[in-house]
Amino acid sequence: MTESKESFAEISPADFFYRNRDIAGFTNPARAIYAAIRELVENSLDACELYQVPPEIYIRVSSESTAAKEGPAIYRLRVEDNGSGVPPEYIPSAFGQVLFGSKYRIRQTRGTFGLGGKMAILYGQITTHRPVRVISSTGPRIYEYELIIDIQRNRPVVLSKKVYGNGNKWHGTVVDFALEGDYFRAMAKILEYLKETAIVNPYANIMAVDPRGRLYRFDRVTEKMPLPPQETLPHPYGTDVETIRRLMYVTECRDMLSFMTTHFHRVGRTIARRFLEFAGIGIKKKPKTLTPNEIVKLVQALKTFDGFLPPDASCLSLLGEDLLRAGIEKELKPEFIAVDQRKPSAYSGFPFVVECAIAYGGGVPKTGDIILYRFANRIPLLYDEASDVSWKVIHTMINWRHYRITPDMPIAVFVHVCSTKIPYKTVGKEFIADRPEVEKEILNGIREVARQLSIFLSRRESIEREKRRLDVFSKYLPKIAKFTTELAGREREPDIQPLLRSIVKYGPEEEGD
Amino acid sequence: MTPKKKSATSIKERKNQVINTFQEFGCQLYDQIEKREFPRVEMPSRSIYNIKYDPKIRQYILGNRMVRRSARNIRHIRPFTQLVWVADIVNSLDHMNKTSTLRDVYYMAQAYDMNFKDQQESDGIITDLETIVGYSREDFNVFPEERSAIYGSLTIEYTVPGYEGKRLNLTIHPDGVMIGPALTSAEFVKSEVDKIICIEKGAMFTRFIEEKAWQRFNALLIHSAGQAPRATRHLIRRLNKELGLPVYVLTDGDPWGMHIAMVIISGSANAAHLRELTTPDAKWAGVWATDIVEYKLPSDRLTELDIKRLYELRKDPRYEGELWQREIETFLKIGKKAEQEAFSRYGLSYIVDKYLPTKLEEMESY
Repeated sequence: MTESKESFAEISPADFFYRNRDIAGFTNPARAIYAAIRELVENSLDACELYQVPPEIYIRVSSESTAAKEGPAIYRLRVEDNGSGVPPEYIPSAFGQVLFGSKYRIRQTRGTFGLGGKMAILYGQITTHRPVRVISSTGPRIYEYELIIDIQRNRPVVLSKKVYGNGNKWHGTVVDFALEGDYFRAMAKILEYLKETAIVNPYANIMAVDPRGRLYRFDRVTEKMPLPPQETLPHPYGTDVETIRRLMYVTECRDMLSFMTTHFHRVGRTIARRFLEFAGIGIKKKPKTLTPNEIVKLVQALKTFDGFLPPDASCLSLLGEDLLRAGIEKELKPEFIAVDQRKPSAYSGFPFVVECAIAYGGGVPKTGDIILYRFANRIPLLYDEASDVSWKVIHTMINWRHYRITPDMPIAVFVHVCSTKIPYKTVGKEFIADRPEVEKEILNGIREVARQLSIFLSRRESIEREKRRLDVFSKYLPKIAKFTTELAGREREPDIQPLLRSIVKYGPEEEGD
Repeated sequence: MTPKKKSATSIKERKNQVINTFQEFGCQLYDQIEKREFPRVEMPSRSIYNIKYDPKIRQYILGNRMVRRSARNIRHIRPFTQLVWVADIVNSLDHMNKTSTLRDVYYMAQAYDMNFKDQQESDGIITDLETIVGYSREDFNVFPEERSAIYGSLTIEYTVPGYEGKRLNLTIHPDGVMIGPALTSAEFVKSEVDKIICIEKGAMFTRFIEEKAWQRFNALLIHSAGQAPRATRHLIRRLNKELGLPVYVLTDGDPWGMHIAMVIISGSANAAHLRELTTPDAKWAGVWATDIVEYKLPSDRLTELDIKRLYELRKDPRYEGELWQREIETFLKIGKKAEQEAFSRYGLSYIVDKYLPTKLEEMESY
């Protein structure tokens, strides 16, 4: 380099994601079309749940180019839902500005990064240079926008805006844009994703039309929906310096005592007093006067004080045993299902709940290994299975023989982790880390459902054994009667019915060598 | 010598006894079912822990341990049904005076949807039936495939259908007469012999006929064809008991030949549930280990298997006698064995002219 002067420039969040799109899963054309569908579908499901209406999701992938089927090509992706809709004034920002809005509260969400579909739209724009069309209504009127994102300035640019009347009181959102993708390489994963999504959203109707014109339908079996997630305050254990610094700026509290009780989860006056004494910070001190050193001291004290109550999991939106069972039932039609919802637990100040299920037979295929379905906050995890904590539990921590289960049986295990913060191991967010607290709940959950399967299997086996036993007796006793009659030189065969009846009535046969 | 008259009816009597026993067995099971009980049967166990040697009757017998086969037991019901089926089928054979073979029974089962896994299984069921009714399968007309032969001046009278009353002198055919069901059930009418020589090998049996050894020794010749079939053992016993003929057994000079003689004398463990197959007074006439030394017979080395067998036999209660122990020790000492044909080095007729006369004389002392 001959130029010694280096130029420094601020980059916008949109620019950042443009340059680092690998992080968000847009690594290659196949992965990109899968990630785009997934982001939009999850946004739609969230929107419907917020509105407490059973989701109707329609997905259409159509080919924009007449090129051959193989390899990357331009596709048009359209995703429709019947959710809450986006208020018209927010539509440009919601779909055309990355990291719009700010969060000082936490809530269980599906979206991988809270970026929603914006990353997908951004990706579509940079690969096709075409605008996105968004149609949305919260009820009164229908708004249609054509937008592009000004990447360098991270601002939406509205190309056109139309308003329609809404006689049918339709609400929901339609997103329609073009992107480069490789549908046929991603097809298997996309279909697997839709099927698993249907399992954890048994109250949703999902319809998809692919570029070949094939229709895939996943119909709901129930209208019952889980309660939507509640926003909650951060728990002291999970708080970092940056959070405190931001809270300092926005807080309206005038002393540390009310600062603690207002901004933290499950902190009352008594606990706040004890904590501030432990941290060596005066209860009357004004939050806005905290020095950087005091902030660091405060955060360290937050992590080491043992007087906080564990986080409350009531803010989580669980699937529940009935819905999990219904989802598995409808997609796999197994012979047997057992489900178990664990009691809430917490790691590092984040509440979580593990829901487990096991399915046997029916539509569960035999693969020579136990099939693992992983879910986090009601989205399926499809990649890096072998790195996931559930995989570790299934393959290294459970002695399946104890449950008389062998890998050649048609068995599927389902693990759903719900949390305000899923402990993902990497930025890829495709597998859950082996946090001891989470691992223990998964282990106990799988053990519980495996135990129930084991009972089912042994009961079924004993019924079958009983049937085989009866078959043997009904085959041989008449023959014995016939031969005996001939041997004894009698005319009439003896009646064996009482003997056959006694076999059904009484238990085990006579022992002998 | 004229046979005792008593035996003339013994064959028919025995037939009737067998038929009655089968019917009793059938009635027993029939009544159990009528009383709403699962049919069952008890019999002495044939496991090796229940086989004992009885020095008084000089054969293996079964002890007191009983086993119970019950149609109530899922593991028993199939073999139990097979047992009743075999009883039924051989009973009707007996009524029609027809015979069958072990292999025949195995194949017949398929027509009744009573398939056996293999012939070993059907043979085992037939052995069960022998144990229960207390008669050997030859008594209920089931014979093995292998046949041995008899030759000599004995006149018999057939009892089988179509041949009743027909008489035959056993010198009728130069190859000897086959010991089959018809001969086994024949009555002895007239005997001009004073001993029986039982020979292991066919070649030697033929040689004895050709050399007219039967005339010189005044002997009835029996070809055992290796281990003597039960029918043959039973016939030897009858000849010994009914006609009072002494029995000499001539075998190869090795542990296996020695044991052929022993089974004729004291029976086998496999037939511990049966009586009247042994001839305790029969004698092993060689080839002995000491003969190999004395006559300098051409010999082969004992194999490892031979030696192992000798060690087994040395501990066997049937081999307690002085002669047996001496011969076993000699075999082990010289490490050699010899076939009957080894005498050929002295000329074809040596065994007939020299060896056997000396031996028979010597046998008087044992």
